[in-house]
Amino acid sequence: MIFHKVQLKNGLQIIAELNPHAHSVAVGYFVRAGSRDESTPVSGVSHFLEHMAFKGNEKYSADDVNRIFDEIGANYNASTSEEITLFYGSFLPEYIETAMELLSTLIYPSLRKEDFDMEKKVILEEIGMYDDLHSFTAYEKSMQTHFAGHPLGQSILGTVQSITDLTDDQMRQYHTDHYLAGNLTLAIAGNADWDQILELANRFCADWPAGTCDRPTDEATPAKNRQVIIEKEIQQQHIMQLAPAPAAQDPLRLPAELLSVILGDDSNSRLYWKLVDTGLAESAELGFNEYDGSGTWLTYLCSDPELTESNLQIFQEIYDEVNANGVTQEELDRAKNKIASRLVLRSERPMGRLSSLGGNWVYRQEYFSVEDDLKLLESVTLESIQELLKKYPLGHSTTAAVGPMVTIGD
Amino acid sequence: MGKQLIQTHQFANGLTLVTETMEGVQSAAFSIMVPGGSIYDEPHRRGTASILSDLITRGAGPYNSQQLSCALDDLGVQRHEGASSAHITFSGATLAGNLGETLKIYGEILKAPHLPKDQFDASRAGTAQALLSVEDDPRQKAMVELKRRTFPAPWGLPSDGELADLQHITIKDVQAQYESCFHPNETIIGIAGKIDFEEVKQMIEEIFGDWEFRAGREEPDLVPEEEKIFFTEQESTQSHIGIAYDAVPYGHPDYYAAWAAVGILSGGMSSRLFTEVREKRGLCYTVSASLTGMPGLGRVLCYAGTTTERAQETLDVTLQELVRVGEGIEESELERCKARAKSSLVMSQESSSSRASSIARDWYYLQRVTTLDQISEEIQQLTTKRVLDYIHTYPATNFTVLTIGPQPLEVPSDIS
Repeated sequence: MIFHKVQLKNGLQIIAELNPHAHSVAVGYFVRAGSRDESTPVSGVSHFLEHMAFKGNEKYSADDVNRIFDEIGANYNASTSEEITLFYGSFLPEYIETAMELLSTLIYPSLRKEDFDMEKKVILEEIGMYDDLHSFTAYEKSMQTHFAGHPLGQSILGTVQSITDLTDDQMRQYHTDHYLAGNLTLAIAGNADWDQILELANRFCADWPAGTCDRPTDEATPAKNRQVIIEKEIQQQHIMQLAPAPAAQDPLRLPAELLSVILGDDSNSRLYWKLVDTGLAESAELGFNEYDGSGTWLTYLCSDPELTESNLQIFQEIYDEVNANGVTQEELDRAKNKIASRLVLRSERPMGRLSSLGGNWVYRQEYFSVEDDLKLLESVTLESIQELLKKYPLGHSTTAAVGPMVTIGD
Repeated sequence: MGKQLIQTHQFANGLTLVTETMEGVQSAAFSIMVPGGSIYDEPHRRGTASILSDLITRGAGPYNSQQLSCALDDLGVQRHEGASSAHITFSGATLAGNLGETLKIYGEILKAPHLPKDQFDASRAGTAQALLSVEDDPRQKAMVELKRRTFPAPWGLPSDGELADLQHITIKDVQAQYESCFHPNETIIGIAGKIDFEEVKQMIEEIFGDWEFRAGREEPDLVPEEEKIFFTEQESTQSHIGIAYDAVPYGHPDYYAAWAAVGILSGGMSSRLFTEVREKRGLCYTVSASLTGMPGLGRVLCYAGTTTERAQETLDVTLQELVRVGEGIEESELERCKARAKSSLVMSQESSSSRASSIARDWYYLQRVTTLDQISEEIQQLTTKRVLDYIHTYPATNFTVLTIGPQPLEVPSDIS
């Protein structure tokens, strides 16, 4: 593995972890723009814009973009989160020139009015689709409630109303303000030649407008004991609870990841043995989500509505016990082993490396090889877990529920 | 594609080992297919295989449930086990050096499971929760119910079982299913990654050599479903549409032509369904078709999810596109299918898990392994004429149509 980095004059950052033995190459543009960067009147614009990117520019029509990606057999797509819009693809090394040109096309699309109007229908369908996914509804409501008044509380999809009201001019303005070269990172993993990458990046990206965007990253201070309950005539009850956790730039993030595996992994974790193994719940998980400046502990329970109260009580008992006494060395070692194995196996594919390569750079301006990551993981001690629990105890500030229940005890 | 090193061995007790030695990976992955899937559930005991696939890892040999999980975690094994129609499959991946110790634990699971009585209720409750989740997810429910209607029973029945049957299943049913299904003679072990065939063969001999051959059981009778149009009312935001029609199964001489026909409809974002239903009309976010099957029987399964007021148009346009492909296909459409095949075949060499499951599945369907070069050659030799001939021989017609949503849809009588 060889790591390279460079910054173009317009501010575009380019990083690459190259492996001449890989069968494929993965390329991604990480745009530092997501729902937290939106103002209320344009709620959902980052995600809608991600769709519009595939509608092409002056040179390529929407049909051309899809057709050419398919002609080179690329696996390609895009995603939008609270903080990042990512355009990515993996393909055979001989197609890097075509793939880089097309991926670059996505960043500055024409945003034609007729495409905008048609795609609006697709976005409204996507909102409808997620509305039928109850765990997603619970997640979105918990985020909105927990981060009320903070940019992280803004919906990624937007609402039927905000999308219906959104205009193509508003989208163009948002694009002009946020898609500045200094706000973007181009990441490449796998089998490619660095000189060729530089040549292609200069050809396709050098004339992009310079500049960066400011993003306020104050740590959120959520109110306690907020609840939102959405009644639906379904069989299972979905509960999401959030509490503050370390931010993406906090050295405590790695202990937090380990603690979430010890307690909340989907197998062989404390919650698993108490709730899933016993058949009391279908899912009982603790996740750790990191953002710019803030973080969350995310508790998720899906179970028979009648067992919800007693299951939440079990969560609380486990959290109280860990907050008071921490975890054991054996548990910590096992969690390290689990994460290390996932890290190594995932890294066998260039596409598996791309997100951690890009994510580390966008959030921390750091490069970690797999070996570096393994060393960092090894360095976490029981003391660092204690420090984490002192600063960010397990529990919940916010509860969102979707299902038949009308009240949830606290 | 590069030379693939695929080797197989059948042990004296009938157990089959299929391996692929891979360059450029540090991992080794396995896929153990035991012929104990849901088709072997007794009538009114649908869900037995699903419970067995959970209960079987709750202690085996010297390990109790928790010790077994810990031992596998300590070996860095990322694992999954579950029941499909024909098999209970145990799959996993770890660093190649840990393969031997890992397989020893799977030897205990397969040969000496505790199937603890005191954990039966928990196991059954887990299966019930999984089935309830499907009830709450209309998209998943649509596909589960579509399979039920398009494949003959018991192959089309949900592999997780039936909610109403769970209460009748006892620990004795699960033990009986284990006794009748878990034997070496129809079991396939696929292993791929950084491995040495002779070493692996010896390991398997040591671990499974004493597993006793047992006579197989009777294969279940096939019961076809007669009704073709189904509607389930549900207060969902979207209407969920499932469409199925006949195709050839895996192993059929026309299989790759069938694969290309479905690829033209739904492979990549330039395919017909995505272009016509989503891009040109904005009718839905998700629309797709895929080729699937059971031994001797293939089907194309399509799905589209859309808001209720646009559901009828979505169904009409989707059906039209499925039929219209018989009117002709472009050379360029086939070329794109070939390009996608080439890249996915090359990239499959980056994943030991993908190769392990492919070679085991190949053995089950074909009793041999198709190399990536052979697949590539079959696909590159396809012509538009050959694909069109296939479509004319196996046209999209005689549809099974299922909808879940607030309102029923009208299925045009002239094409169903």
